[in-house]
Order: sequence, then C-alpha cells, then structure tokens
Amino acid sequence: MAEKVLMKGNEALAEAAIMAGCRHYFGYPITPQTEIAAYMAKRMPLIGGTFLQAESEIAAINMVYGAAAAGKRAMTSSSSPGIALKSEGISYLAGSDLPALIINVQRGGPGLGGIQPSQSDYFQATKSAGHGDFHLIVLAPASVQEMVDLTFKGFDLADKYRMPAMLLSDGTMGQMMEPVTLDMGKVTEYDKSSWAACGTKCEREHNVVNSLFIQPDELEKYNFERFERYAQIEANEVMYDEYRMDDAEICIVAYGVAARVSQNAIDKARENGIKVGMIRPITLWPFPKAVLNAAADKVKAFISVELSMGQMIEDIELAIRCKKPVLLCNRTGGMIPTTNDVLSKIEEANNIGGDK
Amino acid sequence: MDYKRITLFAGHYGSGKTNIAVNYALHLKKNFEKVSIADLDIVNPYFRTKDSEAFLESKGIHLISSEYANSNVDVPALPAEAYTIIDDELLHAVIDVGGDDRGALALGRYAPAILRQNDYEMLLVINKFRPLTPDCASTVGVMREIETAAGMKFTGIINNSNLGDETTAEDILGSVGYAEEISAASGLPIKMTTVKEDLYESVKDKVSDCFPIKLYVRQSWAKQEENLWQK
Repeated sequence: MAEKVLMKGNEALAEAAIMAGCRHYFGYPITPQTEIAAYMAKRMPLIGGTFLQAESEIAAINMVYGAAAAGKRAMTSSSSPGIALKSEGISYLAGSDLPALIINVQRGGPGLGGIQPSQSDYFQATKSAGHGDFHLIVLAPASVQEMVDLTFKGFDLADKYRMPAMLLSDGTMGQMMEPVTLDMGKVTEYDKSSWAACGTKCEREHNVVNSLFIQPDELEKYNFERFERYAQIEANEVMYDEYRMDDAEICIVAYGVAARVSQNAIDKARENGIKVGMIRPITLWPFPKAVLNAAADKVKAFISVELSMGQMIEDIELAIRCKKPVLLCNRTGGMIPTTNDVLSKIEEANNIGGDK
Repeated sequence: MDYKRITLFAGHYGSGKTNIAVNYALHLKKNFEKVSIADLDIVNPYFRTKDSEAFLESKGIHLISSEYANSNVDVPALPAEAYTIIDDELLHAVIDVGGDDRGALALGRYAPAILRQNDYEMLLVINKFRPLTPDCASTVGVMREIETAAGMKFTGIINNSNLGDETTAEDILGSVGYAEEISAASGLPIKMTTVKEDLYESVKDKVSDCFPIKLYVRQSWAKQEENLWQK
C-alpha cells in the first residue's frame, strides 16, 4: 500500500494506530482531536475492533489500562484539558509498567483555554504527566506523515520498554491535510505472556498487574529498576532532525508546527546571508541533549521557537549547560508564530557578540 | 456554463468543498454583480471559509459565516444571515456545507425553502485520494448518507481528486475513470474536474470540463511566502 492518500493529521494517526495493531480505542470528544474518535468509530466496527466513547476522560484512560493489562495494544486521545483529566490513569499505567499510546492534540490553555493550536503542554508531557517518579516517551510529529510514522513508532517503543508513550501533537498538525503513505512495514510482536493478565487457563500462576506496593523498600526497588530502563531509552532512542546545520552560527530548536514555520524562516534568513539552522527534536523525552551540547561548541546562540511561554527553552539551557545564550521566540493562546516573528528573532540572535 | 441562483457544495469530509466554494464564488463574480458565499460548516474547527474573508471581501464577495467561526467558542452555530440567500432573489450564492452526513444536517432548516424556489444546484465533491472514499461504492455510500441528512438530492458531481500541492497531471487523468463510474452509478453528470492552475494547460485537452483552481485553503505558514523580510 505504497500509494499516497490525502489525509488530515488526526485521521492519519488513527489509521496508523489500526495498522500498528491497535484494536482498542477509548476516547471522549474534544476539539481539535475529535476526528480521531470519529474515524475510529467508523473503522473499528469494520475490522472487529473496539471503539468506545467513554463517559469521561478518566474512564477512557482506565479502560486503556484494562486493555493494556490484558496485553492488547490500546490507545486513547484527547486535547490539553482532557489529558489533564487522564493524568491519574497515566501515572497508574507507568506504575504498573503497562504499554499504551496516549495522543495529545494540544490546544490553548490554561483552563478551558481555547480550541486553536498550542504547545503549552510541553512541561506536562515531559515532566509531569501524573504523580510519582516516571517518564513517558514523548514523540513530536511535524507533518502528517510523521503523525503516521510516530504513531507506529510509539506503539513499538511502548511495548519494547513496557511503558506508556505519548504523541504530543498540536491542533494544526491534527487539522491540516497532507499526502501520506501508509506503508509502515511489519509490526514487531512482543511476548507479553510473562506479565499480561489474559487468562491462566488454570495452566500457570496468575499474572498480577498492579501499582500498589505495601512495603516501601519494594516500591523503591521497582522505581530504581524502572529508571535503569529509562537510562537505556535515553541512550538508545533519541530522535531528532537537523536542517542546514553544517555551517550554522545560530541554531533554532523547534518541534511540531513551530518547526514548520522555522524552516521557512531559516530559508529566508539564509537568502539574506545569515547562517542559521535547526535541530528539531522528534523525541521530546528523551530530549536530544548530546547533539545540542555539541552544537553549543559551534554556534553563537540558540533560539527556542515555541507555542508556549518558554517551556522547552529550559531543556535547551540544561542540555547546553548554559554555554551559549538561548533566545525565546514564542506565541501562545492559540496563535502561531509567523515567519516574520522568527526572522526578527534570528536577526536579534545574529547581533549577539557584535561580530556582524 | 449554466448557472443556478444557489450552488451548494457538499461531500465527504476533507474532499475539498471549502476551497472549491471559494474558487467558484470568484468565478461567479465574473458573471454576476451580487455574489455571497455562506459557510455552513458546523464540523470543522480550523481551515474554514472565514480564513479567506478579507480576500473575498476585497473581490466584492460577501462572506456569511457564524460570528464564532475561527474563535475559541466551540459551538456548531449557524449565521442568521444565511436566510438572505433564500430571501434575496437578486443574489447568487455559494453554500459551503460541512463534511459528511454530520455536516449536511445543517442544511435541514434551509432545504424546504431551497427546494420550493427550485433554482439551485447541489454538487457532490469527490476526491479519489481520500482513504475512506477511494472507489465508487464507498463514495456513493457517503453520497446517500448526505442526501438523507440534508433532505436534498445532488444534481451533479465535481471531481476534485487531488493530493494538495503534490498533485500531478497523472493523478488527475487517473481519476477520470473513478468519477465516470460514480456518475454512471448515481445517474449524476460530472459538472467539472478541478485542476490546480499550474496543471491546467497539460490536462485541459484530455479532460472535459476542466475548471482551474487555486489553493486558497491552506496552512497559515504556507501563505506567508510572498511578503517577508522587508529590508
């Protein structure tokens, strides 16, 4: 199926989930991600899968917990306020070492906020998707094709490391249409028999899926073990893309829709002789620290382009050990930075050090 | 071409109704003094006719849309002004209907009056490259659902098969058979096949009733190309 089709980001990721073997989707409508639920409602009955509109976001994430505990690939999707409601369940998934994919098609916040695109759940996704010591694998698509590819990847990584993964998208990525190829190759099957609660047939000991530990030293042991797995992920699963970085003196860091705008701005700035490039994180956790730290020895400044009030900028500063200044170029509340917004900031960065 | 007073564009979600509606309104304006375009989309939160409001008004085309379109008020509201389409018989109107049967439900309240006046065309917009309508059976299925929801029957087909900016002449030529099959199955004529302007010359002699269009409905950053970096 290498033929191209024209899809909305939300539809494309839903179809990719089905192709990744997800047959259990539990959701609750919220703009701008409702097309995912609508698509699943149409497709799942045709392929023997389950689409269930739960009574709330909290119910939906706990249904995901149930399906994942039984060893099935399960998914839920929402937009910012709905993800906040799911955060308790996400922590339970992490605490029970359950794989699942959670989609956040971000909208403006805080509070009820608005329905236009945003990236203001960066902290929530990468630092505090729920209570307790845990991480989510966080994937950030910057095209409809990546909505497809990273959904597929997200299910795989979740199974591989037995942990929940999140696709951190935004309203623009969800709503825009681009041609995509739905050709993702084979799904890797993981053996879940040692832990999945899928029926003993009276032939083996019970598998117990649980995040409650009566003894504190036992809980500590699990937390230490889990963080050893996280260290492997940080070592092996970092994904990023570089754009015109070879001779760059300024490095833009942007993901998702902000990266698309930044790419235009970089091309314009280069036409005017400013050497600027971009490192685009594809995994926000694990964050591409090493490549940024290496870039800090070559460029004179960084620019974090975000649809938030300066969230990812903190990870950039940490990654580069504050070796170089990091400027912030941001819009918020549902506004997208224009190419001109980014160009002005490139110009400001170019004046740093007075050598131009 | 034969022009009715009211032209409705309906079809599968994402088939390209809004972009065609904008193009068609501009075309109508060349032939008629008073042209309006009405956004009756109660489904889509982004990429609406409202995005083109300033452009349309500059061309003398009046946009009728919900005052909440493109705002943060997430309600499926319809503009009261939409009734002017029915009442003002000097007006030529284009109606951009929301996708699928869910979107077409909004037509229910206008359908009886439009049918009574009987001076309309309702055009089914089809795109072979949409994954839920890749063939005749699925497309006709969506068509019947829309007719039931709208309380109106289609009168023609617009073949809008495209892959956005990446559309090639071969893509368009390869979609003709698909459109013809739907035409035969539904008994509806193919009113036009839309073609991106840059491909028009290469396909116009090979496809009947080619209608050149521009891509007006697109991502905000793609629109910004022209006017930047004034130094």
